[in-house]
Amino acid sequence: MNTKQRNNRFSKKGHPNKSMLKHAFKESFLKLDPRNMIKNPIIFLVEIGFFITFILAIFPDAFGNSNVEYWFNIDVSCILLLTVLFANFAEAIAEGRGKAQADSLKKSKIETMANLIKGLGQIDIVPSTKLKKGDVVLVSQGEIIPGDGEVIEGLASIDESAITGESAPVIKEAGGDFNSVTGGTRVVSDQIKVRISNNPGESFIDQMISLVEGAKRQKTPNEIALNTVLISLTLIFLLVVVTLPFFTNYLGFQLEIPVLISLLVCLIPTTIGGLLSAIGIAGMDRVTQFNVLAMSGKAVEAAGDINTIILDKTGTITYGNRMASSFTPLMEMPKEEFLNWVSLSSLKDETPEGRSVLQLIGQLGGTIDEKDLENAKIFEFKAETRMSGVDLQSGRKIRKGAVDAVKEWVLEQNGTIPANLDSETMVISKEGGTPLALAVDHQIIGLIYLKDTVKPGMKERFEQLRQMGIKTVMCTGDNPLTAATIAREAGVDEFIAECKPEDKIRVIRYEQGQGKLVAMTGDGTNDAPALAQADVGLAMNSGTSSAKEAANMVDLDSNPTKLIEVVAIGKQLLMTRGSLTTFSIANDVAKYFAIIPAMFMEAIPKIKILNLMHLYSPISAILSALIFNAIIIPLLIPLAMKGVTYKPLNSNSLLKRNLLIYGLGGVIVPFIGIKVIDLIVSLFI
Amino acid sequence: MIYTILTIIIALFIIVIVAKPFGHYLAIVFDYETVSFKKTIYPVERIIYRLSGIKQNTQTWKQYALAFILTNGFMMILIYLIFRLQDILPFNPNNLKALEPTLAYHTAVSFITNTNQQHYSGENNLSYFSQMAGVIFAMFAAPASALSISFAFMRGLSGKAFGNFFVDFVRAITRVLLPIAFIMGFVFVFLGAPETLGPSVIAHTIEGAKQEIARGPIGAFLSIKELGNNGGGFFGANSAHPFENPNGISNFIQIILMFLLPTSLPFTYGKIIGKKKQGKTLFIAMLMMFLIILGITLVSEYQGNPDINSLLSQNTHGSMEGKEVRIGIGQSAFYSVVTSATETGAVNNMHDTLTPIGGMMVLCNLLLNTVFGGVGAGFINIMMYAIIAVFLSGLMVGRTPEFLGKKIEGKEMKLIAVTLLMQPFLILVFSAIALWFPMGYHSISNEGYHGISQIIYEYTSAAANNGSGFEGLKDQTPFWNITTSIVMYLGRYFSLITMLAVAGSLSTKKLVPESSGTFQTDTAIFGMILLGTIFIVGALTFFPTLVLGPVAEYLTL
Repeated sequence: MNTKQRNNRFSKKGHPNKSMLKHAFKESFLKLDPRNMIKNPIIFLVEIGFFITFILAIFPDAFGNSNVEYWFNIDVSCILLLTVLFANFAEAIAEGRGKAQADSLKKSKIETMANLIKGLGQIDIVPSTKLKKGDVVLVSQGEIIPGDGEVIEGLASIDESAITGESAPVIKEAGGDFNSVTGGTRVVSDQIKVRISNNPGESFIDQMISLVEGAKRQKTPNEIALNTVLISLTLIFLLVVVTLPFFTNYLGFQLEIPVLISLLVCLIPTTIGGLLSAIGIAGMDRVTQFNVLAMSGKAVEAAGDINTIILDKTGTITYGNRMASSFTPLMEMPKEEFLNWVSLSSLKDETPEGRSVLQLIGQLGGTIDEKDLENAKIFEFKAETRMSGVDLQSGRKIRKGAVDAVKEWVLEQNGTIPANLDSETMVISKEGGTPLALAVDHQIIGLIYLKDTVKPGMKERFEQLRQMGIKTVMCTGDNPLTAATIAREAGVDEFIAECKPEDKIRVIRYEQGQGKLVAMTGDGTNDAPALAQADVGLAMNSGTSSAKEAANMVDLDSNPTKLIEVVAIGKQLLMTRGSLTTFSIANDVAKYFAIIPAMFMEAIPKIKILNLMHLYSPISAILSALIFNAIIIPLLIPLAMKGVTYKPLNSNSLLKRNLLIYGLGGVIVPFIGIKVIDLIVSLFI
Repeated sequence: MIYTILTIIIALFIIVIVAKPFGHYLAIVFDYETVSFKKTIYPVERIIYRLSGIKQNTQTWKQYALAFILTNGFMMILIYLIFRLQDILPFNPNNLKALEPTLAYHTAVSFITNTNQQHYSGENNLSYFSQMAGVIFAMFAAPASALSISFAFMRGLSGKAFGNFFVDFVRAITRVLLPIAFIMGFVFVFLGAPETLGPSVIAHTIEGAKQEIARGPIGAFLSIKELGNNGGGFFGANSAHPFENPNGISNFIQIILMFLLPTSLPFTYGKIIGKKKQGKTLFIAMLMMFLIILGITLVSEYQGNPDINSLLSQNTHGSMEGKEVRIGIGQSAFYSVVTSATETGAVNNMHDTLTPIGGMMVLCNLLLNTVFGGVGAGFINIMMYAIIAVFLSGLMVGRTPEFLGKKIEGKEMKLIAVTLLMQPFLILVFSAIALWFPMGYHSISNEGYHGISQIIYEYTSAAANNGSGFEGLKDQTPFWNITTSIVMYLGRYFSLITMLAVAGSLSTKKLVPESSGTFQTDTAIFGMILLGTIFIVGALTFFPTLVLGPVAEYLTL
């Protein structure tokens, strides 16, 4: 399942291609506009530094007497410009990826002609862009649905591959939970009437385009708070640098303006300042690559904070269809004969239950022989009879189905009911299984134990979630016994049996009342209130439009298990932000030891003892620190895009790991980096 | 040397033993739910409440802060008037004149902000009435105020009601400060500190010269000076004066008294929020900083000045300049580190003549203001760094930052951002001003790098509400009186109020239950992150300045 999701058409845009790079390159220059830069005060300060040193490069004495060599001003201004460009590039490339996704979406938004039904059955042909909310259109076989809406009449199979990448058509019909259709999808068979649910420009695809394009991107609460702290640090360092000349002036020596600017730029958190918005955009992007559409960055952030996940049992935790897990013979007969009867009953049964019966026979070592079925009469499973069966050429009759239905059939044949049938049926029911009875002629020969099977790997994932401190709650319509059995098998923390939609809201409210954040999936109209109540509500694209409206995320593949991935992406986004912030701030230690001795060495020669890295000269030390400060931004862009490696561990192990890599690494890496750059720079001085 | 190390070990041992139970005692006596001292202090307090019209109602954080500011402001005016009118007020046997306006203002601000920066010399400038009704009064009121604020802060964090400032203030005095100060006052008198209202004694020396020996109500003064982390001296020489620090035992007791409240508050905090390990983690982190700074100071002081060492036959003397012979190098260095760590400001030697590195370590204590720190204020300051540490690193566990189960969001970080900005602003901008204007730098007594240290120290001491001075600075001028008053005022009230606002904001938030995914703030790793944050965010800010001051001085010795 997972590989299929990853192979959808978005993932091709996952890695930046040439044209995207080119576009980002152009954008990083366009973004130099101060009116735009001021939105990122940290990088804006670097740009001001660039302007000042640029003026000094042309007029060295513009701000008073200066003793620095002219090329030093040029070098510093160039590096500062590069720093700003790199930061812009990081943002542009993240936006570019979103744009590429938006472009491919726009392609699916072909303008079509719609058959607008006016009163009295009159039909007008209008362009799809003219459709308003509430309009009713008729869509026939082969036509493209002109806009998002609900089927109000008819039934049709629809190819939704333009949205989901899934080629198998889906059935949509009026009423019930499968009545919502998406604009841009194609009707493959039959004809439906659709009531349009959005005004022009507000459709699902429109929303999606504006979201992935980043046009409507708003800073998330955590981003705003982090920005506040970063700006405060920037101001502190601005204070340090602005007051420094007063101290040196008292001591009788002057500091050059480009040197002071270099110190400032190195100390302010340019690395995280340059990458912060790219991290946010990339996080949204990763969600989209999973074919999940998040309505806001806030929702993705909230996903990282989730404490409780509410999952439906059927289709999410289990396959939903019931699989044969054992047989109970009710009559004395050889094992081979019994298995032979079972296999005959199921050879022509195409339902998943039938397939699973044959699979079980294979596992039990029974042989499957189709010879006996020659010229047999097949009865397919029907809802009215609740049985399937075969009448063999030899005249023998086999029936398989719901216990009471088979019982009735046997009695009609004047057959007998085994004395232990009821008790054995009870045993299976109590264990949460579904019993099927198997009858041959006028005798019930045994029972087939059907069991709802937990999807492989679910148990491990719930265990991982538990390690991360996330509780899973399973909702099911099953009776408490069945629910308990599945819950135990799947390893969920809690379950709600005989669950009604109101129960979900109740659980969500209860959990939220304890301060927890809750995530859930849903598709039906009756899920809508719960989806709205949840902090992260993931609606299935196949679901009703009211469910999609209530949710803050929509899964285009309609795979409810993805909620777990969404939580992981949210956590990864936050971890990336935290790790790069820590890294950026830890870098200051090395930069201090590069620049401070360089600044004062001339006036106070003995300070060279603080030149821990043995940098070549004051000038080379300053330039090396500045260059390191600049190139670390593009070097970290891939990490910002991809996110730091995410492992589902508990908080302490995660912290230890990330602190070691990004905290300690953040202290050590610049010492090495600056030294290496200095070795190269010294060759040119 | 061995004696020094032994006393240090014994002192720290006593602190480690006493801090926890005393911290828990504080948690109990400030608790609103249970009535303690039903038969002893409680009836007295009720009389105080009735007489002063205290309603004992629960206040919001804003009401609490307002009560704090207004009460302190009123007290400040009162003290100012006492200093200005001391010549016509009673208990002035030595017939001292009134203080001039800027000095009276500076002194009033200095004592009510728990700073006790002294631009005057007690024995020459203050009457006994000023010392008792002005100084000693403020020495109780200031720590009681900060202690109250810190309790309101802790209650806010734990989600309880903020309490009532006036009730806390009264309790701080009746249940903590007064009983201990009362007993310790007798101990100091017993050890040799004078306690009298009589005038100076005139002594005739053998050579026939006339010597005036100042004295006064010193015993009472001394105990609250140390216990309340006040630090202002009765005499200009502070605890280097034999009457204010008669012997080794009084020196030792003073150190313990300075330590008592600041080291206990982390444990009080742990108890109030119901997570004792949290308090322990903070205590250990602060103790580590303390030990590092103490170690470096001791080594530096014992090594002494290489230039002087080379002149002496033995170079094992260490730096004795500015130290009392009867106290010695080790006890002086230990005292200096404790007085700066706890933001007390009492001195038993002159910090101006500490070795450059020793002086820098003492200065670092003031700059960090988190190595225990003064009563209440120091604790609140380290909590600010704890919240910053949680905010910056907390994301690394993949959740938005939570502290004590409360989400830390934009509003809190805005408040913390301005708080964080305030200290470098006060120290660096005012130092720059002093170094720019002649009326500032003309006060420097020792030109060059040491001059920078003197100025930085003066403002840092004011901003951190420590009060000790690099005594070389000639600071009794209107310029210094006024600028340091501003720094002391903002250094005190701004951060206490903003941090109370942070607690106010957090107290209204929903509690997020703890799980295995929660960022733990009671582990050794968090202790390390906290120290790293303090080092990078707090200390490195002043790295360039320290390099130009003490580091350059050390390197060019």
